Amino acid sequence: MTEFTPISAALGGALIGLSALILFLLDGRIAGISGILGSFLAFRPGEILWRLAFLAGLIAAPALYAAAGGHVPPLTVTSSIPLLLIGGFLVGFGTRLGNGCTSGHGVCGIARLSPRSIAATLIFMTAAGVTVFIMRHVAG
Amino acid sequence: MLRGDQTMPAILIALVSGLIFGVGLVISQMMNPAKVLNFLDVAGHWDPSLAFVMAGAIPVAALGFYLGRRRAAPVFAKTFSTPAQTKIDFRLIVGATLFGIGWGLVGFCPGPALAALQSGRHEVFIFVAAMIAGMLAFGISSV
Repeated sequence: MTEFTPISAALGGALIGLSALILFLLDGRIAGISGILGSFLAFRPGEILWRLAFLAGLIAAPALYAAAGGHVPPLTVTSSIPLLLIGGFLVGFGTRLGNGCTSGHGVCGIARLSPRSIAATLIFMTAAGVTVFIMRHVAG
Repeated sequence: MLRGDQTMPAILIALVSGLIFGVGLVISQMMNPAKVLNFLDVAGHWDPSLAFVMAGAIPVAALGFYLGRRRAAPVFAKTFSTPAQTKIDFRLIVGATLFGIGWGLVGFCPGPALAALQSGRHEVFIFVAAMIAGMLAFGISSV
C-alpha cells in the first residue's frame, strides 16, 4: 500500500510540465525520455550533446535535490531479476517501436492534443493495468 | 564539435530541463515503482497519485506548446522539432502495448528508471540495462 499524495504529485507534475515547456520553447525539442535516450544511443552526429546534457541532468537530479536538503523518498522495488529483465526489455523495445513513453506521449503528446499520443497513452495505460491485474489478482 | 542546433545555450537549457524533470519525478514520487503499480492496480489499494502528476504536468506543458505555436522558431534553435507522424498505425499500437506490459510488470517507465539509478540499487541498474538492450535491439531490427 502507498499513501495517496495528491499535492506533491501535482507539484512534481507541474515541474515535469515546466521541464517540457522550457525544452520546447527554448530548444524546440519534445521532452520525451524514451526518444531522447533512444536517439542518443543511435549516436546521430550533431544531435548527441543536448541529449547527453538532458540525460545527465535527469540522472543527477535526485542526488542534487538531496544535497540541497530535499527529501528523496526511498524506492520499493519488489520485482525478481527475470521480471526486471523482461520488463526493462519490453519498455525499451516498446517505447522505440511506439515512438514514446509516459513523457513523450502521456505528457507532451496529450498537451499537444495529438490523437496519436492520446491513443498511445490509452493503450499503454490499459496494457499496464491489465498486466498488474493479472500479476496481482490472477497469478499472484 | 558543436554542430546543428547544439549551441552552448541550447545544451545548457537541456541540462536545466533534465534537472527540473528529475526533481519533478522525486517530488511526485513517480520514481517509486510501488506508487506507479498501485496507480495501475485499480482493483487493489488504488493510489490515484499518478493521475495528479499528469494533471499537474499537462497544463504547464500545453502552455509551452501554445506559446511555441505563436513563435516562428524556438529561442536557441532554428526550428521546432515536433513529431512528423500523425497516424495511429499498427506499430504504435504494438509498441504502446509492449511498453504497457513492461511498465506493468515492474512499475518503471524510462524517466523514473533513469532518475532512480541514484538509489544505487542493483534492481534499477538491471532494469535500465535491459531497457537499453531493448532500445538497441529495436535499432538493429529496424535498420
